[in-house]
Amino acid sequence: MLAIEDLWVSIDGQEILKGVNLRIPAGETHVLFGKNGSGKSTLLMTLMGFPRYIVRQGSIRLKGQDITHLPTYERARLGLGLAFQRPPTIRGVRTRDLLAACAGGRSYQYLVDLYEFAPFLEREVNYGFSGGEMKRSELLQLLVQDPAMLLLDEPESGVDLENLQVVGEIINRLLQKDRRRSHREKSGLIITHTGFILDYLDADSGYIMLEGKIPCQGNPREILQHLKKFGYEECARCMR
Amino acid sequence: MSEVKERAERSKDKKAALGSDLDLQAFSRQGGEWEYDPDYQSFSPEERQHLLRAGIELTDLEHAGTFLQADRGVVHCKASQPGLEVLPITEAMNRYGWLSEHLWRLVAVDADKYTARTELALDNGYFIRALAGAQVPRPVETCLYLRTDGFAQHVHNVVIVEPGASLHIITGCTTHPQVRSGLHIGVSEFYVRAGGQLTFTMIHNWAEDIHVRPRTGVLVEEGGRYLSNYLLLRPVKTVQMYPTVRLVGPEAMARLHSVLVAHPGTELDVGGRVILEAPHTRAEVIARTLSMGGACMSRGHLLGLVPQVKAHLECRGLILSPQGLIYAVPELEGRVAGVELSHEAAVGKIAAEEVEYLMARGLDEEEAVSTIVRGFLSVKIEGLPPALEEEVGKTIRETGKGL
Repeated sequence: MLAIEDLWVSIDGQEILKGVNLRIPAGETHVLFGKNGSGKSTLLMTLMGFPRYIVRQGSIRLKGQDITHLPTYERARLGLGLAFQRPPTIRGVRTRDLLAACAGGRSYQYLVDLYEFAPFLEREVNYGFSGGEMKRSELLQLLVQDPAMLLLDEPESGVDLENLQVVGEIINRLLQKDRRRSHREKSGLIITHTGFILDYLDADSGYIMLEGKIPCQGNPREILQHLKKFGYEECARCMR
Repeated sequence: MSEVKERAERSKDKKAALGSDLDLQAFSRQGGEWEYDPDYQSFSPEERQHLLRAGIELTDLEHAGTFLQADRGVVHCKASQPGLEVLPITEAMNRYGWLSEHLWRLVAVDADKYTARTELALDNGYFIRALAGAQVPRPVETCLYLRTDGFAQHVHNVVIVEPGASLHIITGCTTHPQVRSGLHIGVSEFYVRAGGQLTFTMIHNWAEDIHVRPRTGVLVEEGGRYLSNYLLLRPVKTVQMYPTVRLVGPEAMARLHSVLVAHPGTELDVGGRVILEAPHTRAEVIARTLSMGGACMSRGHLLGLVPQVKAHLECRGLILSPQGLIYAVPELEGRVAGVELSHEAAVGKIAAEEVEYLMARGLDEEEAVSTIVRGFLSVKIEGLPPALEEEVGKTIRETGKGL
């Protein structure tokens, strides 16, 4: 589904990603751990094609197509969907209109009803939303958009326990976790700092990002256990 | 000569406190007489379409009353509901001796040369009254129309909403499709008596070389509500207006919303002042300003004179052109302890992160920008007839295109 090869990225002239390699097959969910400032969000923003993130070297392929230099909206239309960690507020634009734009004419009312989102439809996009409401809004937009490859940036951050349950449910739906593994088509790359989200979903593979590189890959739960026990410092030592 | 006339005479060359100065001699006072038109037969399809852009539908069917003045001539005037009165102001002055007490009470005749000129060379204007307790569910439509190129139109309007009555006026101000230049001076004095409600929606759709100088004063008594919507979306040369609303009775309320687009060559100096003079009065002044290359002074002033009043002022501006200018001047003035006045002002360009966010949802850059602009300009105006609502929506969509 997604193949990243030797990706070097800089922001404002500063090199952030230094040769990242990653392959996510169709139907699999991968988790990327890393401490703040390690380059996790930069990777997601680069994948989505935001202009500030300059690809110096390497390539990004989605479903076999090279998207390294495509504009953001074309990547979205090809099936890439991003849930932002801190989405912007857009005053005056109603959430209903944004969902309609995501839907491209498809019906989405049943999803609004299912996740009890109707009270938010007339509100301005993300204006006055709590952390949990914001995440629900982000994930609902993705449900409506129906991307093949999901990018989730810290889905658990700023969410209380009650909302985390719902966030987990929606992510599982997005990633078709109700299907047998061999029947899943959607893939996901989830960034997490704490790993809390793993209490609510199964992931197939995990990575650690350190200083713009991905030195470790393994079972995500084992990586999380390791991080809980030794922290990221141990990873840094290991890398040296 | 009456004292009012004398004061006007003394002020006929007095510059306005705000806005660019105009030479009144540059505008024509010749002609401008038009026949009364009971069936709107004198309007071409082109004119009808143009009027619709300012919210004017040439029909009596969907309105509780109508008033249409072209240049100096009243061409249509009708009230279609009991409890509602619509008259040319000159006729109302002849009919009601008490009306003189309501003229120049909320706007000073010697405020500037524009008020003075209106007194000294009045064309006409409307008098609209909702009698006590009258509920007028359909809007009253008024239109002040410049039909002769270069003409200066002087009108004086009075609206009285008597106790417990409710009224919505939609006023469209526009020009004939062939008119390019001219001046509109409109003095308006609105009285909202105890428990009454006046919704006043004004849509300006002028031409590129038109100058506009409205002068408005509003008085709201106990429990009364004054709701004002002002839309200026199309090009104009200059507009300078600064309506003042006085909330004189307890629990009176005012809400002033304006949406302004300054096109290249346009100079706007627009704002609103609310004076909270009685306890438990409330006010909200909200302005959204978009510069596409023109200049806009966006003013707002909340003045709290007694304790236990609450008011909020919001000026938000977007500049979409390197030549654009928006100058927001929010003023809060509390003269006693116990007033609660707040403001929020922001002027800037469209945030890149907002555009990128929408692009991540599949909108291309142009769609993303126009979505943000539409949202910025969109205002929900209660009680707009569907055709007008559609027209306003269309104008806003057009404004957001091609940015």
